[in-house]
Amino acid sequence: MHELSVCQALLAQVENVARDNNAQRVDRVILRIGPLAGIESRLLQDAFPIACAGTVAAGAELVIEELPLVVRCKNCGAETAAAPNRLICGVCGDWHTQLVSGDELLLASVELTKS
Amino acid sequence: MCDTCGCNITPGNKHLVEAGGKLAHSADGKAAVDVLHGLLSENDRQAAHNRDHLDKHGVLAVNLMSSPGAGKTALLEATIAALKDELRIAVIEGDLETENDAERIRAHGVPAIQITTGSACHLDAHMVHDALHHLDLSQIDLLFIENVGNLVCPASFDLGHHRNVVLLSTTEGDDKPAKYPVMFRAADLLLLTKSDLLAVLDDFVPARAEQHLRRLANAAPVLQLSARKGAGLQDWLDWLRAEIAARREARQKFRAAPKLSGVLK
Ligand SMILES: Nc1nc2c(ncn2[C@@H]2O[C@H](COP(=O)(O)OP(=O)(O)OP(=O)(O)O)[C@@H](O)[C@H]2O)c(=O)[nH]1
Ligand SMILES: [Mg+2]
Ligand SMILES: [Zn+2]
Ligand SMILES: [Zn+2]
Repeated sequence: MHELSVCQALLAQVENVARDNNAQRVDRVILRIGPLAGIESRLLQDAFPIACAGTVAAGAELVIEELPLVVRCKNCGAETAAAPNRLICGVCGDWHTQLVSGDELLLASVELTKS
Repeated sequence: MCDTCGCNITPGNKHLVEAGGKLAHSADGKAAVDVLHGLLSENDRQAAHNRDHLDKHGVLAVNLMSSPGAGKTALLEATIAALKDELRIAVIEGDLETENDAERIRAHGVPAIQITTGSACHLDAHMVHDALHHLDLSQIDLLFIENVGNLVCPASFDLGHHRNVVLLSTTEGDDKPAKYPVMFRAADLLLLTKSDLLAVLDDFVPARAEQHLRRLANAAPVLQLSARKGAGLQDWLDWLRAEIAARREARQKFRAAPKLSGVLK
């Protein structure tokens, strides 16, 4: 259950953004997460209100946008969709691939109300 | 990865990551601020700092990860017994609940720092940093970090180590890489431990474990060993020796070109 640690790191960043923008309240927090980031979105959703209680982000909505899993084949060059435990080329089946997208764990944006 | 903010943005995924609507500033005092910052950037920054400490002293740091009881401490005991006269070894122990593992290591005459703070499911770079300051790095060639027994959480946290070694014991089933892809994708070496039990565990097929690892696009070597019986230990020790030699060579090059140090950092 490292989602709580991740949530605390998230909150620290959100609080910085709120302070830099003289926010009175944080309304929404938008994350972009890849399937290989090692984060359970549901657990993050559960941990978020707990981490935010009593802060400028109390009551904020957490929106998690899933990024696609895409690999590029080192053999044939194709870029194809993949599954977390099957990162092989969708065209030629070679396992010598490179991840193009799918391990991101990003704070994308913060929507806030200014004072 | 972008070193400064841990945002993971590359030319390949830029268009995906940056996609999505920028909310217009509306009239009622609401605003949307684009951030695009890695959530674990603070940990990554600390990890880079740890790596600087280690590199300054030419220490190779190896992060051992596995499910609970896969044999991390037993492997360390066997490794220390074999290399004690050849290399100066130290261990950071991530057993957050007891001193048991640290005591097992100390019994072999090697310094072991027990991490006692933090959540019980993974180590992070700050905990390792505190532990590093209890060690005299100038007296160490090889530092092992025994992470918390867990195949999920530890994979998300860079500690500032150089290599990830993941242990999979023969009692766990050979499909673990398929079930925990984040962890096994990060392995620089996969050790199939407790190989002495293969004779009775006929459903664990080492080749199948390797196949699952390859499906994660991971080319890491796969070695079988038994810490208990000593079988296969030589290949593991040779892997460690080769890693240390490579690190020393890189360091000598680094020292031979001091004028570049500002550029290389
Ligand atoms: N048969 C056999 N048993 C082993 C071997 N290595 C470890 N064990 C046993 O497996 C159990 C767990 O070993 P540990 O070394 O404590 O495992 P660990 O990964 O450090 O465990 P945690 O720190 O609790 O996650 C102990 O009972 C060991 O004796 C081996 O090579 N063969
Ligand atoms: Mg142990
Ligand atoms: Zn955890
Ligand atoms: Zn291909």
